[in-house]
Amino acid sequence: MTDATAARLRPASRPSLWDRIGQGRNALGLIFMLPAAVFLLLFLTYPLGLGVWLGFTDTRIGRAGVFIGLENYEMLLTDHVFLLSVFNTILYTVVASILKFALGLWLALILNEHLPFKAFFRAIVLLPWVVPTVLSAIAFWWIYDAQFSIISWALIKLGWIDAPINFLGDSTNARASVIAANVWRGIPFVAISLLAGLQTIPPSLNEAATLDGATSWQRFRHITLPMLSPIIAVVMTFSVLFTFTDFQLIYVLTRGGPLNATHLMATLSFQRAIPGGQLGEGAAIAVAMIPFLLGAILFSYFGLQRRKWQQGGAD
Amino acid sequence: MASVNIRDVRKAYGATQVIHGVDIRIEDGEFVILVGPSGCGKSTLLRMIAGLENITGGEILIGDRVVNDVPPKERDIAMVFQNYALYPHMTVADNMAFSMKLRKAPQSEIDERVNKAAGILGLTHLLERYPRQLSGGQRQRVAMGRAIVRDPQVFLFDEPLSNLDAKLRVQMRTEIKELHQRLKTTTVYVTHDQIEAMTMADKIVVMHDGIVEQMGAPLELYDRPANLFVAGFIGSPAMNFVKGRIKAGAVPSFETEEGASLPLASAPQGSDGRPAVYGIRPEHFRLTDDGLPAEVVVVEPTGSETQVVARLGGHEYVCVFRERISAGPGETIRIAPDPGLVHLFDVESGKRLGA
Repeated sequence: MTDATAARLRPASRPSLWDRIGQGRNALGLIFMLPAAVFLLLFLTYPLGLGVWLGFTDTRIGRAGVFIGLENYEMLLTDHVFLLSVFNTILYTVVASILKFALGLWLALILNEHLPFKAFFRAIVLLPWVVPTVLSAIAFWWIYDAQFSIISWALIKLGWIDAPINFLGDSTNARASVIAANVWRGIPFVAISLLAGLQTIPPSLNEAATLDGATSWQRFRHITLPMLSPIIAVVMTFSVLFTFTDFQLIYVLTRGGPLNATHLMATLSFQRAIPGGQLGEGAAIAVAMIPFLLGAILFSYFGLQRRKWQQGGAD
Repeated sequence: MASVNIRDVRKAYGATQVIHGVDIRIEDGEFVILVGPSGCGKSTLLRMIAGLENITGGEILIGDRVVNDVPPKERDIAMVFQNYALYPHMTVADNMAFSMKLRKAPQSEIDERVNKAAGILGLTHLLERYPRQLSGGQRQRVAMGRAIVRDPQVFLFDEPLSNLDAKLRVQMRTEIKELHQRLKTTTVYVTHDQIEAMTMADKIVVMHDGIVEQMGAPLELYDRPANLFVAGFIGSPAMNFVKGRIKAGAVPSFETEEGASLPLASAPQGSDGRPAVYGIRPEHFRLTDDGLPAEVVVVEPTGSETQVVARLGGHEYVCVFRERISAGPGETIRIAPDPGLVHLFDVESGKRLGA
C-alpha cells in the first residue's frame, strides 16, 4: 500500500473549531464584515440613536437631562422661530433644487456638444465643487458685503443703481442671496452627473430620431429626457438631501439672520443646542428633519425603481 | 421610390480626405450593396446619403433633387442602424409609429400602417413589448419595421446583420431580400461581409480606401474582377495569387518565381515574358491524375466540400474540392487549375490583364 492510498483510507479527523471558522462561508463573511460594522455602529448608529434619545430629554450642556416624552416637540409646534425655519428650509430646498436642476441640465447639454477645449470647460465647471464650502462661503460673504460688495460696486459704476444693495440685511435679499450661493455650489454636481448620463445615450438614437423627422426640441423631449430620467432621479434625490441639510453656507453667511429669515432647521438646531446649550431641544429639531428626509428618500425610492422599459434581458 | 445619383462625391475631415470622388448611379428599385474592408468609407458614404454627414465635394441626388443641403428629415429616407437604434423607452408599436406621430398623422392611419408593417415582419404579437424584451433578430425586424412604416423613397442599411449570430444572419439575409422583392424600394446596404453582398445585391460596389474599385452584378465581380483588390475581396476562401512571368507560345503557360509552371488557356497578345500575378480561385482546382504534384499541408473537411492547403513549387495554395480526400498531411495529391478560369493581373497597377 502506498503512502497516498494510506492517507486516503485514514478516517478523517474532526475539523477543529478554527478550521471550521476558516472554511465556513458564513463565519468568514461575518469576520470580514466586522470592521465595517463596528465603524458604522460607532459613528453612525450610536450618534443617531443618541440624538433621537436626547430629543426626548431636557438635557442641557453641563446637566444630564431626564426623559420628558414629547414635550420638546410640543413646544416646537408653537415655536414661531422653528416654524419659520421649517418654511425657510422648504423654500430654500425647493427653489435651489429647481434652479440647480434647470441650470445644471442646461450646462450638461452644452458641455455634451462638440466644443473646442471641451475637457478644459468640463474641469472648470467642477471648480465650485472642489473648493471647500466654507472658503466659497467666505468669498460669497465678501461678494454680499453691505459696503464692499463687488456686485454693488459694479452696478453703481454702470450707473444702474445709486446705493449699495443690502444683500444680507434684508429678509428677501438674504434669502435670495443664500439660495444663489447654494445654487452656484450645487450646479457642478448636477451638471457633471447629468453629463455622464447624457454620454451613455447612444448617438445613433438621436440620429434615428433626426431621420424620423424630429426637431432638436422633439429629440430632447422624446429621446434625451426619457433616457436621462433614471439619472435625474438619482442626482436630484442627492441634491435635495444635500440642500435640505445645508449648514455651512448659512452659518458663514448669515447665521440665520436677519430676523431668522434664513434660519434653516440645521442651523437652528445647532444654535439652540450648542451656543444656546439646550441639547434636548436642538436634538428634537434635528430629529424633526427626519420625516422630511424620509419623504424625499421614499419619493426617490419609487422614482428610482426601474422603469418598465429598463426591465427584461440585457443584450 | 427614387433613384440615387452620387456624383464625384468627396469627404474630408480637416485635411484628411477619406472619400476621393465617388460616382455611383443607383436605379429606381435597385438593391445596391456597398462593400469593403473597415475604413474604406462605405459607412461614411451611406451617412452622407442620409444627411448625417456633410458632403465636402460633389453632389448627391435623390430622384431629381440635389440633396446636399437638404436636412435629413426632408430627404424622405429611412435608415436601419447597426445597433438598431431602437428607442428603449418606447414599445415596439411606438417605435414604429414615432415618425408618424411627429408628423401628427391621424391615429387611424398610424395604426393601419404599423399593423401592416408588423404583419409583413411577423411582429404583430410583439407590438406591446419593449426593445429590451426582444431577441436580436426581433429587434432587427423592429428596426426594419420602423423604416417600412415611413414608406420612404430609399432604404439605407448600415451593417444591419453584424450584431447577429451566424445562423440568424443567414435567415435575416433572406428576409431582407424577400422584403425588397416585395416592396421594391430602392435600397443602399453597407456591409463588410462579401457573402452578404454576393447573395443579396442587384449591384455590388466594392470600395477601398475611399474609392470605388469596381461596380457590377455579383457574378460579374466574381467572374471578372477588375483588379487584385476585388479579386482578393470577393469570394471565400480568397483567390490564390502567385507572382511570376507569362510564357506565350503554342502552349501558353505561367512560370512562377519559384520556377513552377502553371497552365494558361491563352496569353494576352505580346505578353511573352511579362511579369504578372496569376490568380486562381480555390474552387477552380481539380483533382486529376495528370495534374501537378502537390504536397498536402492541411486538410479541412466541411462535409459538403473539402478545403486543402497544398504546397506546389514552394508556394501554398488553398483548394476546395467537392470530393472527399483521404490524403493526409505530407502526402502528395495531383491538382490542376482550370486554365479557363485563371485571372492575370499587372504586377505594378494590379489591374486585370487581357480578357
